[in-house]
Amino acid sequence: MSPLAEYAISALLVFGGAFTLIGAIGLARLPDFYTRLHGPTKATTVGVGAIMLSSVIYFSAIGEGVGISEILITVFLLMTAPVSANMLAKAAMHIGVKTVEDTEGKPWEQ
Amino acid sequence: MFDRLSFPQPWLSLILFLIWQILSDGVSGGSVVVGLILAWLIPQITHGFWPERPAFVKVWRMPAYILRVLKDIVIASFSVAWLILTPRNPRPAFISYPLRLDHPLAISILASTISLTPGTVSADVSDDNKTLLIHALDATNDQEVIDAIYNSYEKPLMEMFQ
Repeated sequence: MSPLAEYAISALLVFGGAFTLIGAIGLARLPDFYTRLHGPTKATTVGVGAIMLSSVIYFSAIGEGVGISEILITVFLLMTAPVSANMLAKAAMHIGVKTVEDTEGKPWEQ
Repeated sequence: MFDRLSFPQPWLSLILFLIWQILSDGVSGGSVVVGLILAWLIPQITHGFWPERPAFVKVWRMPAYILRVLKDIVIASFSVAWLILTPRNPRPAFISYPLRLDHPLAISILASTISLTPGTVSADVSDDNKTLLIHALDATNDQEVIDAIYNSYEKPLMEMFQ
C-alpha cells in the first residue's frame, strides 16, 4: 500500500472517530430532548461517512476493488437517519416532553 | 389475474433490482432471479403506502442537489461540533416553515434534507401539508433559517418537481 493511501486512511479514521465522539458528548451535554436529537443524528453522519470512506480507500488500495457495499451502507444510513430523528421528535411531541426554558416557539398540538 | 404480475412502481422495482445486484457481490443467475422476485414482491406488499404515482421529476438536477447537500452536511457538522465543544448554551427554537412544495415525495425529500443538515431537525408536517415544524439547535433569527432553507433546498426541489 502506498504511504499516501495510509495517511489518507489514518486521517479519515481519526476524523470520523472524533466526530462520532463529539456526537456522543453532545448527547450528554445538550440540555433537553430535542437538542439532544441533533448530536447523534448529525455529527455521526459525518463520522460514519468518513470511516466508510477510509474503508473504501483501504480495500481499493490493497487491490480488492472498490467496495460498493460501503457506499451502500452510507446511502442507507443517510436515508434512514432523518426518518428515525423525525419519529423520535414526533413521539416526544406526542407525549409532551418538556423543552428547555429558553426555547423559542412551541411544539404544536395536533 | 395478470394484474398481480405487473410492476406497479417500475422505478422502485428497477432500483430494488439494481441494489440487490450490488448487494449480492457480482451478477449471477441466482442473484438475477432473487432480484426479480424482490423487485416484484416488495412493491406489491408496500403498494398501500404509495398513494399516488410519482410526478415527473427532473432527475438530471438530482446530482447537483445531492452534492450541495453533502457539502452542507460537512460544513454544518463543524459548526454543530463547535457548539457542542464550547461551553456556551445553544438557543434552540421551534420554527414553523411555510411549505411551497405540494408533492408528498418532494416534501419528504425536503424534510429529510433538513434533518440531515446539522442544526435543524424537521419534527412534523401539518395535516394539510402546508407547514413544516422545524427544531433548530441554535437559531438567533427564525426568518434567517427559513430564508436559508428556501434558497438552498426548497427552490431547487421546486424546479425539480415542476
